[in-house]
Amino acid sequence: MILLKILFRNAFRNRLRSGLTILGITVAILAFGLLRTVIDAWYSGVEAASASRLVTRNAISIIFPLPLAYNEKIRQIEGVKHVSYGNWFGGIYIDEKNFFANFCVEPRTYMEIYPEFVLTPPEKKAFLADRKGFIAGRKLAARFGWKIGDTVTLRGTIYPGNWDFVLRGLYRGRDETIDETQFLFHWDYLNETMKKVSPRRADQVGFYMISITRPDLAPDVAIAIDMAFKNSLAETLTETEKAFNQGFIAMSGAIVTAIQMVSFVVILIIMAVVANTMAMTTRERIGDYAIMKTLGFGAGAIAVMIFGESFVIALTGTLTGMLLTYPAAAAFGHSLSNYFPIFLVSDVTLWLDLAAALLIAFCAGVIPTRHAIRVRIADGLRRIG
Amino acid sequence: MTEPKPPIVEIQHIYKCYHRDSLVVPVLHDITFDIADGEFLALMGPSGSGKTTLLNLLAGIDKADEGTIRVGDVDITALSETELAHWRANHVGFIFQFYNLIPVLKAVENVELPLHLTSLSARERREHAETALRMVNLDHRMDHYPKEMSGGEQQRVAIARAIVTDPTILVADEPTGDLDRVSAEEILSMMETLNARMGKTIVMVTHDPRAAQRAKVLRHLDKGYMNHDPAQDPL
Repeated sequence: MILLKILFRNAFRNRLRSGLTILGITVAILAFGLLRTVIDAWYSGVEAASASRLVTRNAISIIFPLPLAYNEKIRQIEGVKHVSYGNWFGGIYIDEKNFFANFCVEPRTYMEIYPEFVLTPPEKKAFLADRKGFIAGRKLAARFGWKIGDTVTLRGTIYPGNWDFVLRGLYRGRDETIDETQFLFHWDYLNETMKKVSPRRADQVGFYMISITRPDLAPDVAIAIDMAFKNSLAETLTETEKAFNQGFIAMSGAIVTAIQMVSFVVILIIMAVVANTMAMTTRERIGDYAIMKTLGFGAGAIAVMIFGESFVIALTGTLTGMLLTYPAAAAFGHSLSNYFPIFLVSDVTLWLDLAAALLIAFCAGVIPTRHAIRVRIADGLRRIG
Repeated sequence: MTEPKPPIVEIQHIYKCYHRDSLVVPVLHDITFDIADGEFLALMGPSGSGKTTLLNLLAGIDKADEGTIRVGDVDITALSETELAHWRANHVGFIFQFYNLIPVLKAVENVELPLHLTSLSARERREHAETALRMVNLDHRMDHYPKEMSGGEQQRVAIARAIVTDPTILVADEPTGDLDRVSAEEILSMMETLNARMGKTIVMVTHDPRAAQRAKVLRHLDKGYMNHDPAQDPL
């Protein structure tokens, strides 16, 4: 108990130095938390992917389409529950800076496969009934102030021209990890238009989304689908939704790796700063430790005092940093919502923050503790006065 | 005629050197003498004569290169570091020149500190510490931090801390070295009282002849050698 009292009072004995060190740890933990959250945001699509969904695309590249005729063949494969299809539309709303994901999909099957996009029954009915209708996530609609019944025009990039849509529903995610910034409209609308303006591009889909009866069937069903179109003009590559999404992230893998490295470098830097603080602190208190040893306190007591002080400083900074991570992540996520629709501080990030704090405290305390224990009492007492 | 008291400390043929890189500096040469139970001994000598080293050796905070030191029934030169720490906690009270109080603890907490190594309850520890502070007339300063007290008061707190465990011997290294004359007199009177009324054995290192005069026995060290005949220095 007395050791706790001493170490807590020691931790704030030099208020300026402790305060600055705690501030440094707070900033480092905040930076670490935000960088980890950026990485999580990058992987949010992967995390949200279902184990019982497959994606089939052209084996050569995602940019090459597949025939619509594959729909029926895929549906007949054993283990397949629902099949839907869609295309990346790539439309621009007013200006390129207003980026958001926009797809055309076969709406009935899509809603079966993606129950995490929740619509009210009237909205669902209105959307299905209107071929020019679209649904948008709540956050996307709020961003642009869209209301049900509004007409929204997208400028096509892959499919040229101005495309008018009518907002028929605002979907919300089943939980907070679901992206609420997507724009989904009828595949038929795109296809009918293509038939008129560019018949060669009609009846082509960008990808198939397939739900299966049991997650453990995924490898067999994927092989069966790809085998069904082996040696055709458009061979397929079928993989789990998770693997499909990971494929996109792999394209920016270097950036993710760089962010990961920076997040750990931040921790290494603050570890050096705290170690320096603890080294200075211990040097100043070597007389106190000598007194303690003179009175009969052993190496364990000295270690408790130094490590304890290191832990108090590191944990104070870390807890402050963790608390600040929430508002900072909210502000960061808001300003980058175009790129990171899901920007949530995960439990794993918080545990990593705590682990970093413990690591910082431990590493910062090792050498000073060793020094304080090894210094002879007579030498320690000589430093007083 | 009263019978001489048995020795409480027996120092036999002590040698001690310090090593500075490749340099070996001899500090104590063949030191042999006894300290009787209830004695108030002053160790004098010029700087570098080995007084503090000798005090450290018999208080168990340093180890001799050769020789034996027995305190009571214990040969402390044969104890390990851990055993020595335990022995110091139970048998030695320390008074230093610069008081050596823990700055983040109040007076009463500083006095209580050595009692945390005993089996006393928190309440008993507090009672003992308060009694010790009352003995040095500091019951009104119990909740003050060292920086809020004068040098004399801090040294009285240090004395209270030294006696709170009722140790076998009290060692004092220049206890008045950092004090003004009035405070020094107070401290010396207090040590005299501890020796005379409570029978505490005290070993004091000092440069101050006035302080040395308060002791019952005086021993001189010079360049690591001690006067062989204690009778040469009767006070």
